[in-house]
This record gives sequence, C-alpha cells and structure tokens, in this order.
Amino acid sequence: MSDTEVEADPAGSETGNESRALEGASGPDEREEVSLRVEKLRKTFGGIVAVDGASFAVESGTITGLIGPNGAGKSTTFNCVTGVYEPTEGTVYFEGEDITGLAPHAVANGGLVRTFQIARELGEMTVLENLMLAPKNQRGEALWRSLLPFVRDEVVEQERDIRERCWDILDFFEIDHLADEYAKNLSGGQRKLLELARALLTDPEMLLLDEPFAGVNPSLEERLLTHIHDLQAEGYTFLIVEHDMDLIMEHCEHIVVMHQGKVLTEGPPADIRSNEAVIEAYLGGDV
Amino acid sequence: MSAATDWRDRARRLWDRDPVKVLALLAVIYAVYIALGLAIGFEIRGQINSIATLTFYIGVFGILALALNLHWGYTGLFNIGIVGFMAIGIYTMAVVSKPVAETASQIGGLGAPLWVGMIAGMVAAAVLGLLVALPALRLRADYLAIVTIAFSEIVRFTLLSRTFQEFQVGDRTIGLGGGSGLILPFNPLQSFLDVTRLNVLQDALVALATPVIGGNADAVVNSMLYGVLLLVVVAIYYVVLTRIGRSPFGRVLKAIREDEDATKALGKDTNVVKTKAFMVGCALMGLGGVLWYMQSGAITPNTFRPRLTFFIWIALIIGGAGSNTGSVMGGAVFAAALFQGPRYLQNLVESAIEVDAPSNFSGAVAPIVDSLTLNPFLFYVIDNVRQLQLVFMGLVLIWLMHNRPEGMLGHRKEEAASVSLTRPPAGQGTAADGGRPDTGGDANE
Repeated sequence: MSDTEVEADPAGSETGNESRALEGASGPDEREEVSLRVEKLRKTFGGIVAVDGASFAVESGTITGLIGPNGAGKSTTFNCVTGVYEPTEGTVYFEGEDITGLAPHAVANGGLVRTFQIARELGEMTVLENLMLAPKNQRGEALWRSLLPFVRDEVVEQERDIRERCWDILDFFEIDHLADEYAKNLSGGQRKLLELARALLTDPEMLLLDEPFAGVNPSLEERLLTHIHDLQAEGYTFLIVEHDMDLIMEHCEHIVVMHQGKVLTEGPPADIRSNEAVIEAYLGGDV
Repeated sequence: MSAATDWRDRARRLWDRDPVKVLALLAVIYAVYIALGLAIGFEIRGQINSIATLTFYIGVFGILALALNLHWGYTGLFNIGIVGFMAIGIYTMAVVSKPVAETASQIGGLGAPLWVGMIAGMVAAAVLGLLVALPALRLRADYLAIVTIAFSEIVRFTLLSRTFQEFQVGDRTIGLGGGSGLILPFNPLQSFLDVTRLNVLQDALVALATPVIGGNADAVVNSMLYGVLLLVVVAIYYVVLTRIGRSPFGRVLKAIREDEDATKALGKDTNVVKTKAFMVGCALMGLGGVLWYMQSGAITPNTFRPRLTFFIWIALIIGGAGSNTGSVMGGAVFAAALFQGPRYLQNLVESAIEVDAPSNFSGAVAPIVDSLTLNPFLFYVIDNVRQLQLVFMGLVLIWLMHNRPEGMLGHRKEEAASVSLTRPPAGQGTAADGGRPDTGGDANE
C-alpha cells in the first residue's frame, strides 16, 4: 500500500475509500469476492450524526477489523448493516444484493448474522435450547405442524438432526458440560462462546462480531481466536468490532478505521499501525 | 431401611410427574372442602353442590390461566385485557347460536347449532386479538398492556351501548342486549351429553343419586357433570399448550420472552410469531368465556370488568408463569383458597356461632374504642367477606411478589423441544471428535 494513502488527510482518505469501494463494484468477477459492501452510509438521530457517509467493503473469507475510538459510529454502522436501524442514506450490499433497510430477521436469514456487544443469551433457556433455536428453516416453527399429530413426525425427525448438530457444536466449543445449564448462569466468557456457537448454527456466510472479546479472560480469548481462525479456514467471513488494538492488528488481514462517523482509513494492519491520523484519532486529537 | 428409602424414592419419582402433582393438589383441596362441609353440617346435597361449584371454578380458572400462560408465561406478552376476549367469545356465541326470535320484541340470534357458535366465539376473539396485536405488538410490553386493558373496557362499553342493543339483520332481530343483558337459553351440558350419547351415564348417575339425595337429583348431578366436563377441557388445553410449548414454535416464543432483539438477530420473524401466539391465546380465552357463562342463563356487560382479568393473573402468578402444570395448579388454588374460600369460611363461621354483625363500619369500630370488645369488628369482617376478598387477594399477591415471585412450582425446566435434549447415544460416526464430557480437557488437541 502506498504511503501517500496512509498519510493523507481525512478528507483525502475518505475519497480514497470510496474509490476503493467502487472499484470492488466495477468488475463482476471481483464482486463475488466482496461479501459486504457499505456505500455512503449515513445515520442521524435527530440532530446527531452518528454515521456520516461511511463506505467500506469486506472481502470474502477474510477477518476484517472495524476499529475506532468511542463514538466513532462502529456500533451504529453494525446496527444499520444488520437492519436494527434503517440508514438515513446510503446502501448496504451483501453478496451483491441490496439489503438496505431489510428487517433484522431477513438480514440474518440471508446469511449475515451478528452477535452483540453485551452477550444476549436467552437466560431462562438452557444452553442447548439456546442453540436449538438457531438453525434456519425449522419445520416445527409453523404452529400447525407442531400441533397436528401426523405431520409432527417430520418435526421430530428434524429436531433429532438439529440436536445432533447442537451437540457437535457444543463439543467443538468445549462447552458440552454446560448443555443443561440455564444460560443466565454462564460466565461472561462462556456467554460469548454460546453466542458465537448460536450464530454459527444459523449457517451464516458472514459473521459480524461486536466486541467478542470484551470481558473475556485471556485463555478463553485465545480459544475464541483459535475458533475464529478455524472457521475462517472453513470459508466464513468475519467483520469484528474491537477496542483492543493489538488483538485486531495481530488477527485481522484488513482493518477499517472509523472516526466521527466517517471511515478514516482502511488497509492492512501494518499500514494502520503507522498511520498518523489513526494515532491522532485514538489519542483524542481533533482531526 | 433400604425398603424405606426405596419407597421414598418411588414416591419422589411419582411426584416428579406433573399429573400426579395436579391430582394430589386437587385431592387435598377436595378433602379440605369436604371436611369444612362436614363442619358446617351440610347435607349430602349441599356437600355435592359445594364441590360442584368448586370444580366449576377450578375448571374455568384453570382454562383461563392456561390461556394466559401462552401469552405471558411463554411469549412474555403482557395481556391485561383477558376479560374483553372472554366477553367477545360469549357474546359472539350468543348472537350466533341463539334461536331466531319469534316476535319482533324479542332479541333473537342466528339460530346456528351450539358448536358453531362456540367456534364463532373463538374465531371472533382471535380476529379481535389480531386487531389489537397489529398496532400494539410492535411496541414494547407495557404498551401492549395499556392497549389490551383499554380494549377490554371498549368491549364492555360497546356491549353496554344502546346502538347495538338490538338491530335488524334482514328480517331478524338480533342484538347484544345493552345494559339490560342478554338471555342465554342454552343447556350446553345436555346438548353435549345428547351428542356424545353420554346421557346414559347421566341417567345412571341420577338414578344412583336419587335415593341418597332425594328428589330433584338431576340438578345436582348436572352441575357436577358440568364441572367434570370443564376439567376435561382443562386437560385438553393442557395437552395442546404443552405440545405448542415443546415445539420449535414454542422455542421461538420462549426466546421472544427472553430477548426479542436477539431472536430477530437469529433470523426469526418475531412479529409474525408473536401475532400467532397472541391470536391462539385470545381464541382460548374466548372459549374460556363461553364455557364460563354459556350455562348461566343470562349475561350482562358489567360482568366483564377488569377485576376478572386480574383474578386470572393472580391464578397464574400463584402457580408460576411459564409452566402449564403451574397454571392449572394456580387456577385450582386461586379458585379454592381465594375465590371460593372466604365465602365458604363465612358459611362455616355463621353456622358455628351466631354472627350479629353491626350494619356499618362505625358500629364495628366504636366498641373497640369504647370498651375494647373486638367481637363486633370481627363479625363485621365476616359479614363483609366478599368485599374484603379483594383485599386478601392483594395481600397474597404482595406476599408472593416478595417471597415467591416464581410461583408454586418455582423455576422449572419444561424443555422447549420436540425431542429429549439429552445427548443421543454415542457411536454415531462422530466418535472421532471424542468430545465426551469427562475427556473435554484431553480433546483440546
């Protein structure tokens, strides 16, 4: 990457980002390589501009980091992408399709699944129930199928398959001993594992992780990271919001830096590390 | 000693089965009532009558608590307009099934068979539930509460209004009766027995009872039979709702209760699921209203005041929201201890001693101040037990909230899955990952 881009002033780097995002859209062969593309995203709450024309792209099969100081608009961006908020302006593409303004469940069903900053475990349900909720296209989610006796057999059959998958993933995350525990009794780190496991069971193509390592002890953090890398090797795409710079630098191939609602810069970790604008933003300088 | 522990073990395992809990509770309740009846000095007729009344209330409160459990216990929908859906159920049923009026001055109905009216009542309650749900379910829980209680009052005032008192449909005069109420010329028990050919049983019971009770035994037998019929309905509700709760659909309901946003993030269309669950619950409440009032001879709109809604809430809270077994038990305890209990106690006291109650409150309190005699005050309390019932209920509710907010059954695991959630037997091809619980550490590779 050229040093000029890295050291450019914010306005300059922003236009640079836009051109990069558009580049991704230009060739059809290249488009398939982009999982998620956000274009000129803007979200205002009354007079407050939370996201102000952010554009970036996440390439398929990568672990991409989204960083920035508090109030940079990361979470709002996440919420706009996943349909929790409707963007004021701008477009979100996932796998080449416009998903702007879709309802959260529709976004998730399309293969773009998120986890939450504060783990949203379903407390009064057991770990296994939490997991069994997640798989898509469950026949028994139609009310009549769960009631009528003769169609119920196929529901039971599917339930058996789902149960097996859930036990497999419990083994994979090494939390099988917690299967019967109420989710509210888990530790903070275990909740994060549960959330990731649950998200995986929806058969996503891309995972948006909102601060997956917050409140997680170092050894569990290591395990989570191993899992994430394993999953990447299987072809999953990740976009991770994280505060821990070192962690992001070490584990992401591509980093998007947000500041004051805009994309300050993006690039591989080495470039970001030496970017003065980024350092300044983090140290609270008025960029 | 081993025999004793063995016996205890078996008893405990038996107790773990939900129907056993319910039956044991019912046995205790009936035993207490029969004992009280003996103490009061009821004749056998009075005894059976009181048991029949008790059974009736256990039935209706069980039915309605179960329906509410689908809303609140499973889905977390804060419906405090239950009575509105009950009213819609019974009024729709009345209009559809009442015989066609013969003279213009009578308020008639459409003359459909009873079961058509009952289904119509359920459908109407479900459709109005949808109407309420559409704007309200997208809002948070407390808004739904406000909308539903307002709705139930709107229903009552609509039923009271002159506009709908009677009107013409074609050449038929139908209507809701307004403030003066509606006569219900139904005999649901007889219709049911005739259809199912169970009237043989009824005749046999009457023949059996007549020598014991004396003349007119059929009235007593019929009221007892209706109570039993309601308990059968409770059982049907229980089976249906448990089946819903144990399905993947029920799992989504539970998830919505716990965290709707997280459920959405997993790709579940929660608005649709909530609306469905709400409509089903409303239909069940509508049928509850029908079963409660269809044999009562007449209904007036003012029966359907919000206090009835709160009775059902108390029943559910006593039993434990989220548990179908708890709902049935809560309904039974509420009916026996809080709804019928105080009246029964009043009878008991009045039969034991001469209650010479003062006619007003000052008459009750003045003697305490004047001469430290408590009796007039106690008599006054006993005489006004019906009014004080609500105070008792309030106290019980406060006590429960402080000491046992999770209800009688406490936190319970009613697994939301159509299959048992224990690990399926090993050796199904995936043995390679070796992730047995005990070896989890080694499997760390």
